[in-house]
Amino acid sequence: MSLAVEEGEFFGLLGPNGAGKTTLINTVAGLARADAGQVRVMGADVVADYRRARRQLGVVPQELVFDPFFTVRETLRNQSGYFGIRGNDGWIDEVMHHLDLTAKADVNMRALSGGMKRRVLVAQALVHKPPVIVLDEPTAGVDVELRQGLWQFVTRLNRDGHSIVLTTHYLEEAELHCSRIAMLKAGRIVALDSTRNLLARFGGSRTTARVVARDGRQFTLELAGYADLEPQLARLRLEGVEIADLELERPDLEQVFLALTS
Amino acid sequence: MTIFWTLFAKETLRFWKVATQTVAAPVLTSLLYLVIFGYAFNARVQVYDGVPYASFLVPGLVMMSVLQNAFANSSSSLIQSKITGNIVFILLPPISHLEFFAAYVLASVVRGLVVGAGVLIVTVWFVDLPVAAPAWVFGFAILGAALLGSLGLIAGICAEKIDQIAAFQNFLILPLTFLSGVFYSIHSLPEFWQRLSHANPFFYLIDGFRYGFLGRSDFPPLASLAVVAASFFVVSLLTLKLLQSGYKLRY
Repeated sequence: MSLAVEEGEFFGLLGPNGAGKTTLINTVAGLARADAGQVRVMGADVVADYRRARRQLGVVPQELVFDPFFTVRETLRNQSGYFGIRGNDGWIDEVMHHLDLTAKADVNMRALSGGMKRRVLVAQALVHKPPVIVLDEPTAGVDVELRQGLWQFVTRLNRDGHSIVLTTHYLEEAELHCSRIAMLKAGRIVALDSTRNLLARFGGSRTTARVVARDGRQFTLELAGYADLEPQLARLRLEGVEIADLELERPDLEQVFLALTS
Repeated sequence: MTIFWTLFAKETLRFWKVATQTVAAPVLTSLLYLVIFGYAFNARVQVYDGVPYASFLVPGLVMMSVLQNAFANSSSSLIQSKITGNIVFILLPPISHLEFFAAYVLASVVRGLVVGAGVLIVTVWFVDLPVAAPAWVFGFAILGAALLGSLGLIAGICAEKIDQIAAFQNFLILPLTFLSGVFYSIHSLPEFWQRLSHANPFFYLIDGFRYGFLGRSDFPPLASLAVVAASFFVVSLLTLKLLQSGYKLRY
């Protein structure tokens, strides 16, 4: 595959299990080695110039891993040191604050809940302020509160100029945050376009309105576009239908996803 | 240097935080060896003229602890990180294979020396031990710990399960230490076993280390040091190659 993520982008990698999302990320991060081909992070080759490449990259791994010997603060200090950074406490405090970890700073990793461990993983990926942040299914098994907090923080980082690459199973998350999306299937890119174009291309003609009448009858209106809604509703009223409930189904990534990967 | 120091400090803190298990336990084991072998054989066995058996035994026990614990430190740390998955924390940052090697091996040396010092401290109360040439004591202890720390890294890299580390320990490290003359002088062995012992690099470690205390050895200490240094050189080259290639660490 050939793929370029631009600086400052919020990029989504989507695909069914086994499509190769994590393998792709691992290759970028240097955890896996490609049999052939080249990967660059901010211009640095991940094999030949791995030290520069890895300094530009912060990866939040999918597995919930931790080092049971250390506290949250120690974990973050160690991680800073591995990137050659000393005296990083100011930034560590800031990251912990944004991820709501301050109260847990001196708690051993072993004693944290799954959601808290996930936050520490995010913090670890950010200790060296990497311009490129890769999140491998960051919200798998995470409660609503953390999910929202996490997205707020990641969105802010993106606004501040960090490039974000996200893999997720939750299509609504990708739809909400990603400006551009690549869909993977069996190690190949089956679609690569802006989120808006993907939705328009594959879901544009499928907007539907579900109407429930006061007498309990249900109608499904196929709309050519939003402009088509009012004339169709007027037609229903002419036939004496009193509308009790109306639900619009916008095209979503799920439909695009199914169309492309089935 | 920050990268190396951080990894070294983390590896050292890792065993220090569980010192009961990583320091106190091996010290107690050695004390038991001394009580059982030392007192049982003291009257009956004399290896060198004028040297009581217990005084002969203690340097061997100290070195055995140094070697086994140096090996245990790097191998168990690495295999635990691989199994729990937190190895990614050191694979993602820009740590070179040289920094990785130096940090793990040096932490193993520290663990080996701490345990060795512990064994020495608890045993000198019971045994009269001269220190004829302290420089040899330190030289062999440090080089031996580094050699085993490096071997521990190789074991940790190659192993996929904890029992594979245990197999490495039980079928390689333990026989090599026991057959290296910890408990006896190889001169008391039949000709064939004497010659076989000379093929065991651990023999030179124990023998040279003992020279530092007693001023006597089965083999010239300088020659022993050369053998040990050459072994360390070969093993570290192999370890560095493995780390550089990412063998069984990066896929």
